[in-house]
Amino acid sequence: MRAKSLVPALYILFLMLPIYWLVAMSFKTTNEILAGFSLFPQTWTFDNYIEIFTDPTWYWGYINSIIYVTMNTVISVMVALPAAYAFSRYSFIGDKQLFFWLLTNRMAPAAVFALPFFQLYSAVGLFDTHIAVALAHCLFNVPLAVWILEGFMSGVPKELDETAYVDGYSFPRFFVTIFLPAIKSGVGVAAFFCFMFSWVELLLAKTLTAVAAKPIAAVMTRTASSAGYELGLLAAAGTLTIIPGAIVIYFVRNYIAKGFALGRV
Amino acid sequence: MKTQNQRAWFFVLPVLVLVAFNALIPMMTVVNYSVQETFGDNLFFWQGLDWFEQVLTSERFHNALGRQFLFTFLILIIEVPLGIAIALAMPKKGPWVPFCLVTMALPMLIPWNVVGAMWNIFTLPDIGLLGYFMNHTLGISYDMTQDPIAAWVTIIVMDVWHWTSLVVLLAYAGLVSIPNAYYQAAEIDGASNWAIFRFIQLPKMKTVLTIAILLRFMDSFNIYTEPFVLTGGGPGNSTTLLSIDLVKIALGQFDLGPAAAMSLIYFAITLFASWLFYTLMTMNDNKS
Repeated sequence: MRAKSLVPALYILFLMLPIYWLVAMSFKTTNEILAGFSLFPQTWTFDNYIEIFTDPTWYWGYINSIIYVTMNTVISVMVALPAAYAFSRYSFIGDKQLFFWLLTNRMAPAAVFALPFFQLYSAVGLFDTHIAVALAHCLFNVPLAVWILEGFMSGVPKELDETAYVDGYSFPRFFVTIFLPAIKSGVGVAAFFCFMFSWVELLLAKTLTAVAAKPIAAVMTRTASSAGYELGLLAAAGTLTIIPGAIVIYFVRNYIAKGFALGRV
Repeated sequence: MKTQNQRAWFFVLPVLVLVAFNALIPMMTVVNYSVQETFGDNLFFWQGLDWFEQVLTSERFHNALGRQFLFTFLILIIEVPLGIAIALAMPKKGPWVPFCLVTMALPMLIPWNVVGAMWNIFTLPDIGLLGYFMNHTLGISYDMTQDPIAAWVTIIVMDVWHWTSLVVLLAYAGLVSIPNAYYQAAEIDGASNWAIFRFIQLPKMKTVLTIAILLRFMDSFNIYTEPFVLTGGGPGNSTTLLSIDLVKIALGQFDLGPAAAMSLIYFAITLFASWLFYTLMTMNDNKS
């Protein structure tokens, strides 16, 4: 039993090492970083964090990211709910083909879409707005949300729907007051995954923004190249991007595995 | 089982409109570029299938495609068995379960370019933790900006770090769904650990492993940001994977025609391979 628990322990250690190094770097002074190797920060400094929280280009990067990620999560879950219900309860002409087509959008390399997306969103006048990034991320998040919700909804027996209709519930009232509470963990998981994939994606977010809606991840790449090699600042910004993920993951910790299995365990 | 209801299309309509707007219009733009030549000023000339021929016969494309297949092959053959092994060793219940799940999922929630930057800092030869350890403690010369082998090892290890947890979590979800009675029956039969794995655990994990392999295939085949930030495709062209090469051609050189043709070929390969994986794995399922 002891030897067996060594495997996950070693794996977690391996996962934590690069993260530790990033966090440790963020508390070092530039002089210390460039002077040579040190396992712990010798002189602790918060300058890197202070710079990020006082410079608008930095902290607006975070606000921008959070705005479009939230928009995307809300839109994706809202449109996916009725669609997932249709896929789980009804059969209709072209349902299987439609489901597979949704899957293919998850397969398209973002690199393929970068330039056409830029042109499309410039043409409709949405370039450099939060909603543009939120809508673009729907390309892969909506199919994902439909899958996850469909998996969770199929686990709810059909008798629930039928009983509600017999009891005289209208469809919208049934859906909101009975069905949604029954799949609330599924909604949570779907929202979590939309948040996650919108938060980590950079290529499209960077392509569709210039100044007003620039995501934090893109601010980081610019700073790395223009202002020389400020490793401490870069590390502090990177550390801050880990925090939102760590917070949301805590809330869905018991459903993560089921969510990754798209609700199909 | 399911009710026939054509009005269900109305439920699907919002999704259809939203995804079609994002998928079909850009896809048509790509198709448009792939059959035309432009000299700027929005003047386009019909080019037919020339770009496709040019891409398919170019050595550069063959090399990038070869590197891409090698990368994806290595990723699958390392991450899938490793993920299953870790899932098997994880505790089934107790206070450590949530801790394991949260810490293991953490790498997947870090923005992709931060992952690249983090590994860059981690592997710097003289001031990175791994770089210092390799060069100064073990005495192995390690610098991924100079040595193609080191660059390859680094991007593979980075991806293992980033995505093995996906396989772990999926396999784990399959494992905890196995009722205890199965194990008790196996114990009565005196089944070996291997027999338990082969005849109880593996079949139960089949669905989730199918999803894991499909997702890992699609994502590793389309990978762009992490290796781009870490190595920039170098040293030389040694880690220029397919998508890195594509972005170089499309946005770097602005060769829209060849880039568009390459995009479509790329997409077709991903589609075909995913379809093949999916069919092979579900076909096996129907037999047993």
